[in-house]
Amino acid sequence: MLDFLKPPVLAFQEFFLLAGRAFRNIFRKPHYFDDISLQMDLIGVGSLPIVALTGFFTGAIMALQMSRALNQYGAASTVGQIVSISLVREMGPVLSALLVAGRNASGIASELGSMKVTEQIDAMRALGTDPIQKLVTPRLIAMCIVLPLLVVIADFIGMIGGYLVACPLLKLTTATQYWSSAWRALEYNDIAQGLLKPFVFAVVISLVGCFYGIRTTGGTQGVGLATTRAVVVSSVWIFVLTFFIGKLFVSL
Amino acid sequence: MPETHAETVLEFEDVLLQFPEGDRPALDGISFALSAGHSCVIMGAAGSGKTVLLKTAVGLLKPDAGRVHLFGEEITGMTEKELFHLRAKVGILFQEGGLFDSLTIEENVAYPLVNQPGAHYPPEEVHRRVVEALRLVELERTLDKFPSELSGGMRRRVGIARANVTEPPLVLYDSPTAGLDPITAHTIMGFIIKERDTKNTTTVMVTHRYQDGNLLAKYRYNQVTGRLERATSGAGAAGPPTRFMVLRQGKLVFEGTQQELEASADSYVRKFLRSVGG
Repeated sequence: MLDFLKPPVLAFQEFFLLAGRAFRNIFRKPHYFDDISLQMDLIGVGSLPIVALTGFFTGAIMALQMSRALNQYGAASTVGQIVSISLVREMGPVLSALLVAGRNASGIASELGSMKVTEQIDAMRALGTDPIQKLVTPRLIAMCIVLPLLVVIADFIGMIGGYLVACPLLKLTTATQYWSSAWRALEYNDIAQGLLKPFVFAVVISLVGCFYGIRTTGGTQGVGLATTRAVVVSSVWIFVLTFFIGKLFVSL
Repeated sequence: MPETHAETVLEFEDVLLQFPEGDRPALDGISFALSAGHSCVIMGAAGSGKTVLLKTAVGLLKPDAGRVHLFGEEITGMTEKELFHLRAKVGILFQEGGLFDSLTIEENVAYPLVNQPGAHYPPEEVHRRVVEALRLVELERTLDKFPSELSGGMRRRVGIARANVTEPPLVLYDSPTAGLDPITAHTIMGFIIKERDTKNTTTVMVTHRYQDGNLLAKYRYNQVTGRLERATSGAGAAGPPTRFMVLRQGKLVFEGTQQELEASADSYVRKFLRSVGG
């Protein structure tokens, strides 16, 4: 029984050790600003089209699906409110994070995994560089900066998607009513929650990707396994954490 | 730049290392000492612990028991940061080359000059040293290429240049000829001997080929003629003393000179020498 529990407990401990060292390195020299901006470009600019597209259709689908129910209750004018609240609180952060996890947790894990199996990480340590400082911390910082920005963009484009369905297409409400109800519906609580979530998800995605990448063993097959695990584990954690953060804000 | 030849550069004291997933120790009670200016050839079959031994020597792996002394300092309890200062005195060629694929050959060779603690050279000095190091392995025209554009043998040569660019007093080579054809393997050995004899470095080479060990022990690089020649016992013509070690399943089963190795009655050692053809 204990032998069965040992590997996951050990992995959990190693993950937190890695996380601790990655965070501590944020305040320690040397800082690899080039790597940070490179990663921001890869994660942020690289994910922008797909995140924007998903955001757009999320808003559009939400307006579309809500239209019947809202019409039934004569509440079609509140469509802007529903789209904005669900996008900002939940759909924007979770869907963007899932896309970025699929795209970048896998990318990070496979890149670091290949470096591990070709002894580049050992070479880095042998040549005077801390791999956590050089590889993990820049990815962590870059992800924490760009994911909240991506979510803000996705939220806004999602509202445009909702507007296009609600106003020109289904004529549920007027443009002024849509945008004013969308705007008025948002409270500080929603915005805080909508920005805290991507920040937490960014930490999870980058560290899980790095963690599985850095502990890759067993050649190219190991790299494939690390990539899959990074995506699955980070996606599951996104769902678990969004529930707990949501719970925290509901009780506030 | 060893001041005294009696100085011990690397010493293992009853080192034991066990991986969690392994059923037997990767290193099992290894003890040996290597003096400055000497060469050491570590032989063994795949999985015998050769690479683990080299990585333990520079603290990339921590032993579970025993002590490792590098340049007289006990490294087993050192932090990674303290180790960086000691590792700056060691050059390493990894088995797969360990070159960074995202960097050019020039950036790869310059890496230790730019990143090692205490190494703050101006850019022009870095460039000069990189070109010089690559010239020694006859690859000075590949500066702007990426490792993926080079052949396996060329990547090893770049690895040799990177290991030696800071002119460290100790250089470790992990299976420098593994997976290469005999002609390229011979060329690589030539460069290793050239590096050793031009800079008087203490050299540790891990290999599964006895021919490589034989070359390292019997040949020297003549700086006047620029060629490899057979070392003789005459004054100035003798190569550095070479020790041979044989590993079997994590245990040191032989340690001694080449004559002792060739005279060994141990069946594993004999099989080794015979199967690779001395």
